[in-house]
Amino acid sequence: MFSKGTKRKFSDGDEEISDESLVGARVASSYSLQRQSLLDMSLIKLQLCHMLVEPNLCRSVLIANTVRQIQEEMTHDGSWHMVTEAFCGPGQSPSERLVATEVLCRSREQDAEPKLFSVISYEGCREEEVVADETLCSVSVSDTVSNVCLAGRVGQCWEKSELSGVERDEEALEDSRLGSGEDEEIDTEDGASTESPKTTGQVFGTFEIKNGSPGPDSALEELFSDVDTSYYDLDTMLTGMQSAPKMGPYDLLDSLAPSHSSPSIVSTPTCRSDLNELDHIMEIIVGS
Amino acid sequence: SALLVYKGLNCCESVYSPSSQEHILRQESGLQICMSRSDIISTVEFNHSGELLATGDKGGRVVIFQQETENKSQPQCRSEYNVYSTFQSHEPEFDYLKSLEIEEKINKIRWLPQKNAAQFLLSTNDKTIKLWKISERDKRPEGYNLKEEDGRYRDAATITTLRVPVFRPMDLMVEASPRRVFVNGHTYHINSISVNSDNETYLSADDLRINLWHLEITDRSFNVVDIKPANMEELTEVITAAEFHPHQCNTFVYSSSKGTIRLCDMRASALCDKHSKLFEEPEDPSNRSFFSEIISSISDVKFSHNGRYMMTRDYLSVKIWDLNMENRPVETYQVHEYLRSKLCSLYENDCIFDKFECCWNGNDSVVMTGSYNNFFRMLDRSQRRDVTLEASRESCKARQVLKPRRVCAGGKRKKDEISVDSLDFNKKILHTAWHPQENIIAVATTNNLYIFQEKVN
Repeated sequence: MFSKGTKRKFSDGDEEISDESLVGARVASSYSLQRQSLLDMSLIKLQLCHMLVEPNLCRSVLIANTVRQIQEEMTHDGSWHMVTEAFCGPGQSPSERLVATEVLCRSREQDAEPKLFSVISYEGCREEEVVADETLCSVSVSDTVSNVCLAGRVGQCWEKSELSGVERDEEALEDSRLGSGEDEEIDTEDGASTESPKTTGQVFGTFEIKNGSPGPDSALEELFSDVDTSYYDLDTMLTGMQSAPKMGPYDLLDSLAPSHSSPSIVSTPTCRSDLNELDHIMEIIVGS
Repeated sequence: SALLVYKGLNCCESVYSPSSQEHILRQESGLQICMSRSDIISTVEFNHSGELLATGDKGGRVVIFQQETENKSQPQCRSEYNVYSTFQSHEPEFDYLKSLEIEEKINKIRWLPQKNAAQFLLSTNDKTIKLWKISERDKRPEGYNLKEEDGRYRDAATITTLRVPVFRPMDLMVEASPRRVFVNGHTYHINSISVNSDNETYLSADDLRINLWHLEITDRSFNVVDIKPANMEELTEVITAAEFHPHQCNTFVYSSSKGTIRLCDMRASALCDKHSKLFEEPEDPSNRSFFSEIISSISDVKFSHNGRYMMTRDYLSVKIWDLNMENRPVETYQVHEYLRSKLCSLYENDCIFDKFECCWNGNDSVVMTGSYNNFFRMLDRSQRRDVTLEASRESCKARQVLKPRRVCAGGKRKKDEISVDSLDFNKKILHTAWHPQENIIAVATTNNLYIFQEKVN
């Protein structure tokens, strides 16, 4: 809890920065780090609320709306569909790193609001998609549904492990995408973030993209070349979460307006066949 | 002026007694009242005369205090509030169908206007509303013909004369008995109840629905508002509070998690899904953040006593609305603006979801609401002044005048100021109440109830 004697926030010392361009770059990358950590935090909160006896519906709705808001913004940024992390060790070259995307698998129309999300629960390394809806949290008989979190659909998973030499290449974002219906490419250049290579310590929960993939096909191949089902488990995520607050100025995030990049067309995110299956099964269970 | 000068009246504090291993409630006047457990106070409400003050707690108990004035002829004389009645209103339940526990925590208490010698109040937990009758007994019949004093029947052979019982005085006994139990009206958690000015009906609101009840009828209620979407996946907004207009029995308002208030007229249609008025302030784009929606969520809505205004409380501010103007409030008061830069941390520790209540004073000139670190705020509308006070043992014990507090938002901290980072976010004042006629206020910290009275020179 936020008890007495907490340390002063990072932003207290922010005023001394004089180099504006440095500030700009730092702010931008910081912003997207903060945004990501806020997203992580929110999803954890939603997950945890499943475990409670009867979660507070108002709180769940507010958290879910926050997640949705971040998702929308990240979609516009072009960063949503590539929430990936490398799972392999630091010795491997970037091209071998797996793009492990567990993102929105449902194809949707252009400009349709990405209204669906879900919470993924992790048990050890097992990938499991948990649909956060009433059937999960209560036994619903006809209409008497308990409150609980909202229903959602797809979500994402990412790993908070620290990566060495991670670089985020906005162009490579495009290339790695898998279009299943739409081949429009994101205008990644108008994303809020700039291209500052991150040090290991700074990266927590951002994207990992392979560099230099020429086209969608090869990206597809590479995508499925190393199927890695070892997602980080909840513990890691929580640990990562706890360390997050030390990482950067939360106040910075608060004071920044969400990026209002020019409307860009979002391509359908990548999918994985087994996740699609799981999707399908969950759909049947949920009955949606 | 009088607003700024409040002194401790008496406080009832929760003290752990190692010998009995119980938490007992102790009043500073020295009188010890033992209770089985003293729990987190979850609601505070004066009755219509202000003579009685009811508190509900997390353990499902209701404790009622009664005002006793030293000298009734002198209005500003010191009053004391002493325990009048204690009863267990709600018990924990288990919903077997959903495998969920139903908390016994009292979410709200609302008094009915007094019609006869007895007092009536409605108390509610998440699912069930109960009407309680609190009555005094100060006489008892003595001298039964067929029974002994202890209740045993007399030997019929010994009865030779007819004896009619007579009422004789006895020690005052206050009894609370449940008169109505309104069950199965709500699927979601009840957050508000409000008695109608017609004194016959009342409303109860949960996250998605508002029901209208008749006080005499427990097996039926009428649903007047339903915002549940057909597909729960599309749910983005919930009801957070609701209240009837103090004079117009056809009008009520309800607030939402998106910072809107809807006024409904029950004459317009049976189902009030369509509002008559929608009160919403446009968002300030310069203050926009990912937390904008959360902090705009309204935690409490209260009509003024005169019925012309309503007050809403969101996370950082209190707003006064004129019922005739929907597009923006007429007054906005910052409660603890210094928290705006801390929203992310407050989101992380869930404090951002704390539901603060607010209240009007008797003549609607001052409003009051709680904050963190056991601070509470009084905002004088007429004089455009505000003060931050602290509910603490020190202020109550010595019958001291409450000292105004200041929070230092940044920069150099002056003497007597407390910095934002030193605030204790576990010490929150969510529930406050103001005597309807006098300047007596009740402030609930986590376990303790503080009662302050205005000090008049």
